Amino acid sequence: MKVLIATPLRSYTSHQSPVEAEGATLADLLADLDRRYPGIRFRMIDEQDQIRPHMRVFVNGEQVRDLGTSLQPADDVQILQSLSGG
Amino acid sequence: MSSSSISTSGALVLYVATRKGAWTLTARADRREWAIDGPHFLGHIVHHMVLDPRDGHTLVVAARTGHLGPTVFHSADAGRNWKEASRPPAFRKAAEGEKGLVVNQVFWLTPGHASEPGVWWAGTSPQGLFRSPDGGETWDTVSGFNDHPMRQKWVGLDEGTPDGAKLHSILIDPRDPRHMYIGMSDGGVFESIDQGADWKPLNAGCRADFMPDPYPEYGHDTHCVAMPALDPDLLYQQNHCGLYRMRRAEERWERIGDNMPREIGDIGFPVVVHPREPDTAWTFPMDGTEVWPRVSPEGKPAVYVTRDGGKTFTRLDRGLPRSQAWFTVLRQAMTADARDPVGVYFGTTAGEVWASDDEGDSWTCIARHLPQIYAVEAAELNR
Repeated sequence: MKVLIATPLRSYTSHQSPVEAEGATLADLLADLDRRYPGIRFRMIDEQDQIRPHMRVFVNGEQVRDLGTSLQPADDVQILQSLSGG
Repeated sequence: MSSSSISTSGALVLYVATRKGAWTLTARADRREWAIDGPHFLGHIVHHMVLDPRDGHTLVVAARTGHLGPTVFHSADAGRNWKEASRPPAFRKAAEGEKGLVVNQVFWLTPGHASEPGVWWAGTSPQGLFRSPDGGETWDTVSGFNDHPMRQKWVGLDEGTPDGAKLHSILIDPRDPRHMYIGMSDGGVFESIDQGADWKPLNAGCRADFMPDPYPEYGHDTHCVAMPALDPDLLYQQNHCGLYRMRRAEERWERIGDNMPREIGDIGFPVVVHPREPDTAWTFPMDGTEVWPRVSPEGKPAVYVTRDGGKTFTRLDRGLPRSQAWFTVLRQAMTADARDPVGVYFGTTAGEVWASDDEGDSWTCIARHLPQIYAVEAAELNR
């Protein structure tokens, strides 16, 4: 499926977005992204498997926080960031 | 991972870490002129940038952005090419029902003992200790501290500093890689004699006036600890509650800051020791009265030096602004080189780097208009 990558993470994807990745769940998708683009997952997901503050993941336009969320091959996944501060 | 490359060699270099990236300042031969290079990792919050003195070309950087998780970058060629750690510092995954810790920032980097090439240590916020066996590529949690049954009591609320309590001042005894010290901004000074497998507090004599018992066993706000390379049984500590030193055998901190001028006080963040004279140390006092402004007292910045182990202090302000200069210098932002005479350097939170090529007697501003400076490290780069 196609995954939109937030601009602060595009150094990992050779500045490509969207990118292709696969997974039956959001956790699987993030693991696949990390295989393809090493290091990208830890910048988004902490060591307790929680989505970091300011990171936003949308599936078909709906925000999700649960890494166990099921995904379908045709789903549209967007990884965005809510930037703030000076 | 790419960043603009750092390309200096065979030179004295200052590695300047800031809230918005990193810069280098490379000295001309006489240390009177400096060439600035950067930014590197523009937009990253760089807490520390350290060159490995064991090889003179491995460079490790602790970085994060405001919105991405913390990480470490390392370079085997002094910054020409960078690689991100494949396993950055991270606490262990918590068991079901347990609240786990999350590294917010990698704050401090220390190269390991000379007998252990490639080994690095990192301190984080929340306060944690991590070890890399391979030049910063992978990092392991130091369970002897991070999972110590006393850790929660030692670190208290783990919140003593505005952007999170920090584990810092990781010191390795040059005679014995198993003998280590750490400092914590919410915990105090701790010592290990088994390379981190176990720890004990080392805070006797040090004040913590924000605690019900002002002389507790732990819970102190240690700002910086320094160990003279030629006298590892001597420690200096800049604490929230004053400037101290300890003869390790005495196991008790002595408040040498009582010998500072009363109108200046002994509050500050960094303390730097002379590379060859253990009784010489520099400090940068800041206003610690009432609401703790943490700026140069009365807007008149000065470095103070002791050359007799803290019995007396001398004000060093030649070349520094005479008034209306409200400098703040953070704990990692003051350093010294190993040349003769020693060069002393500090960076301010207003983005200025000041240098002295005569052991602090006179000062020159060698960079300004940088972002908020978190750390300044001086190192000799090998060709």
